Amino acid sequence: MAKFSKKRGKSKPEVSTASLPDIIFMLLFFFMVVTVLRDSELKVNVVTPYATALTKLEEKSLVNYLYIGKPVKKYVETYGTKPRLQLGDKFATVEDIPLFLEKHKIKVPEAKHGRITSSLRVDGKVTMGIVQDVKTKLRKSGQLRVNYSAKARPQ
Amino acid sequence: MAKTKTRDRMKNEINAGSMADIAFLLLIFFLVTTTIVEDKGILVKLPPWSEEEPDITKLKERNVFSVLVNAQNQLLVRNEPALVGDLRERAKEFISNPAKREDLAEKPTKAIISLKNDRGTNYKTYLEVYNELKAAYDELWDDLCQRQYGKPYSDELPIAIRRDIRSQIPMVLSEAEPTNFGEE
Repeated sequence: MAKFSKKRGKSKPEVSTASLPDIIFMLLFFFMVVTVLRDSELKVNVVTPYATALTKLEEKSLVNYLYIGKPVKKYVETYGTKPRLQLGDKFATVEDIPLFLEKHKIKVPEAKHGRITSSLRVDGKVTMGIVQDVKTKLRKSGQLRVNYSAKARPQ
Repeated sequence: MAKTKTRDRMKNEINAGSMADIAFLLLIFFLVTTTIVEDKGILVKLPPWSEEEPDITKLKERNVFSVLVNAQNQLLVRNEPALVGDLRERAKEFISNPAKREDLAEKPTKAIISLKNDRGTNYKTYLEVYNELKAAYDELWDDLCQRQYGKPYSDELPIAIRRDIRSQIPMVLSEAEPTNFGEE
């Protein structure tokens, strides 16, 4: 026993940290790639309901988001507490939807126009009135692929 | 020029010791700003807009599975009050009609689910109902696919198989213009 412990004590066990930057860079690149910098600040409260029959949305560039919910505290004074629609980063009315869709469309290559999906991120407490108006407007604008955003129900 | 020659080339090195710190700083920045959002939801194909309402009164009553949701979030399924929890099983029984009952759909291709809500209905309830109806179809597709192709129905299957399954049990979910009794 004494033999072993003596030997150990003499050597200097040092881990080389030369490759540490590489490891960190690898992590860094991973996060840089998966990061989606949120482009729009949410001005309405959205807590999507739970559901089970879910589909995953694939290409992010083909999705436009429509938020419906009650304005957050900051905007209650200006916009009241009634549920509102948010397009991009500002409050909007149903009438603004066609222009919003068109603006998104020109960024998408023409071959993929048929696969554009509108993701409706609607708060669970909102009543169907405003949702119905949005849906009707989407139908009138020819945007028929719609995704009701929902969370997977925890088991 | 001679000066450069005398310089020891081996010492022309930038100290890379702080590289890790810089990388860490960037890493932490991205860690904080990252939101790995996975957007999931119920994918729906809305019907194209037409001025006239589709008339479901022309259809045979046995082929229509009507679901009404009122502003108090209560359900009326085929003119009887019902609970969301029973909806899936009832819809499945209605579409497939395994016992060949007289009051359920003649065959899956003729089955129509008609959903009508009020403008005062909670979105949460609406989505729950929609989810149950969608899940009923999903389960029926799964069963059929399992029986005919021996594997569960999923989006990864070849499009021909999916088409075949969906033509045997087409999802027909018609949504009527909502009533307006309880909008706040």
